[in-house]
Amino acid sequence: MSGSHDELPVAARVRGLEERLIAAGLVTDAELEEVLAAVFTSASPTNGARMVARAWTDPAYAGRLLADGNAAAAELGFAEQTRGYLLKAVQNIPDVHNVIVCTLCSCYPTALLGPSPSWYKSFAYRSRVVREPRAVLAEFGLELPDRTEIRVWDANSETRYLVLPRPPAEVGGLDEDALAALVTRNGLIGTALR
Amino acid sequence: MARFAAGARVRARPADPDGHTRLPRYVRGHVGEVLEVRAAWAVPDETVRGITRREPVYAVRFGAAELWGSGSHAVILDLWESYLEEAT
Repeated sequence: MSGSHDELPVAARVRGLEERLIAAGLVTDAELEEVLAAVFTSASPTNGARMVARAWTDPAYAGRLLADGNAAAAELGFAEQTRGYLLKAVQNIPDVHNVIVCTLCSCYPTALLGPSPSWYKSFAYRSRVVREPRAVLAEFGLELPDRTEIRVWDANSETRYLVLPRPPAEVGGLDEDALAALVTRNGLIGTALR
Repeated sequence: MARFAAGARVRARPADPDGHTRLPRYVRGHVGEVLEVRAAWAVPDETVRGITRREPVYAVRFGAAELWGSGSHAVILDLWESYLEEAT
């Protein structure tokens, strides 16, 4: 689904479902609120940024992150938030740039990247980034050289992706907190360099 | 047991299924290469009908030229085994 969910028929349908579940005594409004709050209050791109900064400063952690994203998330305290999907980190290296999308809806590791931006859910982004990623990235201000291979990862299944951007040149002089502050949500999606 | 191994060439089934599916239209009928076996997950097409049946899911890489007729990028997505057939 795309755009603002409040304006869509799906919002009314979700509310209708909630009301039926509440009427049937399967769940209460308070419980639903609690679940949503638990998902969204801790969901932030600073979580993904911490994982990236750790990977930049600790090559062993980077190796574990690429091998098993869920275990690497758990190491930094995000086990509960990343349960229920396979977390896959995709690494930007010289000449390879990764970008993520969900062409079917808006799947995305919310706990690590924060609530997804509205453009991520838009039909324009979802349909164009698989077709002409270089042009889409340029519109985000990310002009990649022709020799850079672009890999677009469609989260159409139970896999959720996080882009591991390339570290800045000054990585050696900065601590983990300073490095994490350099990582943006768009960097984790792949629509920015970092 | 997974039917396809990494490196196998596979074709996404061209048919448009009647109900829900997570086989996106843009890869149907196209040939890609298996990157790896992800896991065995319930087939969503059947889950919506109340049937839980697990199947290997593959990360499959498609070249832009194969999908769109031009371009040099790659698109990788996860496809359930029954979405795929061997590419000859």
